[in-house]
Parts: sequence; structure tokens; C-alpha cells
Amino acid sequence: MANVPSDLKYAKSHEWVRLSGDVATVGITDHAQHELTDVVFVELPALGRQVRAGDACAVVESVKTASDIYSPLAGEIIEVNRAVADNPALVNTEPYAGGWIWKLKLSHPDELHTLLNAEQYLGLIGA
Amino acid sequence: MKRTPLFAAHQRLGGKLIEFGGWEMPVQYTSITDEHLAVRQAAGLFDISHMGEVWVEGPQAEAFLNQVLTNDLRKLAPGHGQYTLMCNEQGGVIDDLYAYRLGSDEYLLIINASRIPHDVAWLQAQLSRLSPGAGVRLQDASEATGALAVQGPRVAQFINPCFPGPFTGGAAVEVPTGLKKNQAARTQFAGRQVWVSRTGYTGEDGFEIVAPGEVIEAIWNRLLELGRPHGLKPAGLGARDTLRTEVCYPLYGHELNETTTPLEAGLGFFVALNKGEFTGRPVLAEQKLRGVSRKLVAFKMAGKCAPPRPHYPIWSQGEAGERIGEVSSGTQSPSLGIGLGMACLPSRFAQPQRPLAIEIRGQLAAALVASKPLYVANAK
Repeated sequence: MANVPSDLKYAKSHEWVRLSGDVATVGITDHAQHELTDVVFVELPALGRQVRAGDACAVVESVKTASDIYSPLAGEIIEVNRAVADNPALVNTEPYAGGWIWKLKLSHPDELHTLLNAEQYLGLIGA
Repeated sequence: MKRTPLFAAHQRLGGKLIEFGGWEMPVQYTSITDEHLAVRQAAGLFDISHMGEVWVEGPQAEAFLNQVLTNDLRKLAPGHGQYTLMCNEQGGVIDDLYAYRLGSDEYLLIINASRIPHDVAWLQAQLSRLSPGAGVRLQDASEATGALAVQGPRVAQFINPCFPGPFTGGAAVEVPTGLKKNQAARTQFAGRQVWVSRTGYTGEDGFEIVAPGEVIEAIWNRLLELGRPHGLKPAGLGARDTLRTEVCYPLYGHELNETTTPLEAGLGFFVALNKGEFTGRPVLAEQKLRGVSRKLVAFKMAGKCAPPRPHYPIWSQGEAGERIGEVSSGTQSPSLGIGLGMACLPSRFAQPQRPLAIEIRGQLAAALVASKPLYVANAK
């Protein structure tokens, strides 16, 4: 049974967003890490990069596959989580905490309403 | 998709089922890393029922098979098997397989699942061409036959009670652990005839069991019952691939194909050029004489980076870097914690420590050619 915190927003492509003012922290959901299983490598996005909603931002690799991670919202990459570069397993063990991947300064905060809430995301993953 | 007799067992065990060459098979049960490490440290149980089994019998069976396979069957006493290859007229590999001499005129070929139709058609065509009416009987028993592999350093501790005997054919043993590597013996399970061989595809000690489809699930369950206390876990195709890649075993369709010869794949040890005529011999003899222009190399990534994967392009190092090939097999090694793999490259690159550049998502990552095997396992 996947963990879907109620205080987060979700993209259909299985990324989560935690908002603090106009800064969004982004990672992949518990459902996503469970599907991938053992994450062996994370390719972090470039600092300072301007992204649009839906742009491929990062790559999370398991033993078997490389998965593109998409930015749920538009903005500038202001911080990346070096900890997951050193210890990719954090994405599996702490997908909503230590396994965060990047932080984004939002350029279009109104895009938030396009994301799913916890209940809608639960419906999507058929939980 | 086709299903093996163990499909229900895979579902019960929570296997993640995927499509593999037309079969619905488990890629993993818990995780690939977990299952891989279980095989290296304790034991893993694999469903290999999708593989093919072909029986070849008759007084001319040895002569026939020695003409279509590269290794020399005359070396085999009853109950012994050998790794071998089947080549076309150009020396290209049709399949790699195991051939067992079970009795004086009785052979069992274990062939790749993806090549069953090709191999059987080829064998039948060669039979008509090479020894018409010579009383060689060929039977493709793949549909009715199941198989499983139990692999790891602790297998010898729990396998014997699964097959208490008697052993009625092949190698003269009293218990499965009496078998030496590449030996096989016949026994029974639930009243049906089964063959137990000491071989595997992981680099660890282990056994493969070939049995009628009707009893395979019962053998699987019995092995799990006996092996769980020793750390036995079911293991899927994902772990099967990482295990064999670490020890540089080829996989048909990756390192081997119809335009690659055994010599180019570094398998000259299994090509008996001196045994007499066999299909592909002239080309292989010529390659042996002149040397091969390309060779299968193993490599390790030089640092922490994304894992190398099949089809990633490979470039030579240096300013005038040129594209020299592509990764044939590659993964993040669960045992070594680094990226590694194999590739067929121009022969001048086949030197340990030679630098390579693997192209990963448009960026070049440094790698070094390494000796095979990349991982040294526990097997006897």
C-alpha cells in the first residue's frame, strides 16, 4: 500500500511537490520508487536551469531501467540534493524526506492547480 | 504470452511478471539486488522452464552432433556435459547451448528459449543433409519439459534430501552432491524421470533440474521448503542477468548472434578445430590462423556514474575519438557496486586497462577494459 502524504501535490508522472512560499521541493513518490526498486544512480538537474512544466529534469536509474523525472512546474532550479548522488538508496528509503531531488523557484505559481491532490493521486495509482 | 508450469507459483510469491521473448516471466520477486546477493551469499531458485530441451538418440547421434556443434562430444563419458555452440556455414553462432551425453547413444541439448524454433529447424535440416536414414532420432521436448536452476554456495547443504535416489542413469552417484561440475544423472521425483546436472549460469555452485512439466512445481516447492532455512530465495530474470554479466557469460542476442563467431566472442576454448569437419569449421580455422578483427571485451566504469546499458555507444579515448562499438551487456553490478559490461570491439582494444569512453545520454563516461571474469565467484 503506497504512502501518499496528504500535504503534498502530485504530478501524473509520479513526482511530488512540497511548497514553501514560492519554492517547491520535488521528488518521486513512494509508488514510483516501489516500481523502480533499487535505485543505483540519480542524475541531478543542472543548477540555475530554467525548466517548464513537463520538461525532463533528472534521471533515476535502477538496475534494470533508466527513468526520466519530469518537472511538475515551471521555474529555476535553485538547489539539488547531493545526498542522493552519493547515496541513491535514499530515493527508496525516504522518497518524501531525504530522497528529495531538486528545489525549484516557481515562475508560474498558478500552475499548482494543475497538479493532483493526495486523494486524486491515490485514485490514479489505483490504491 | 506463454506461461511455464511455475506461473501460479510466481504469482503466489509476488513475482513481478514481464514479457520476455513471448513468455510471461518474473523479472524479480523482492528486488534484483536482493535476489542477486542471495545467490552470491546463500542460494537462489530460478524458473528456467522456458528454455528448450532436445533429445537426440541413435547409433549415429554422436557423429551427427559432432558435425553440427563446435565442441568435441567424443570427450564426454556418459553422464557428462559440455558447453558448446552451433554455427552456420559462415561460422556465425546460431545458438550457444549445453550438450549432455546421457547414455552411449542418448544426448540431451539444453537450448536458449529465444532460439528453440531456429535450433530445431536447423537441426532437422542438417539431419536430412548430413546423415539421411542413419537412424538418428531428434525430439523437441521443450513444450512438455520444465526446468529450474538452484544456485549459490549453500545449495550443496540442502539439495540432497530433494532427490534421495536411486540414481538410475548418467553419472554413477548416490546423491546430487556426488556430481562434479558438468555431470548429470537421472533419478525420479513423484514417480517421474528427472535429470539433475551440476551446472549453472551464475558463476556459483549449483544444479539444474530437467523434469516433466507436471512435476516441476512440486520440485520447486520442495526445494524452497528445504532451502529457505539456509537462505534460499526465489530469483527472477533480472538477477539472472546481473549474475551472468558479472562473470562475463554471454547471452544470445547480446554477445552472440548469427554474424558473430565463437572466436570473436572469446569462446575458442569450446571450438575443437581438430575433431574433424563441422559446420563453420573452415571459417573458424581461417580466423584462428589470421586472428580475429574484433573481440569481446569486458569493462568496468572508471568512477561513479550512471550504469552502462546495452546499445550505449562506445568511443575510443583521445582527441581523435572514434565510435568503435556498443555495449552488448551492461549493468550496475550488485556485487561490486560499480558499472560494468561487455562489448565486441576492434581487437586492438582487447587489452586490460585500455581506456574506453561509454556514451551515456550524450555524455562520455570513462571506462577501462578489464580481464574476464569481472567478478570472481565462489564456484568450485
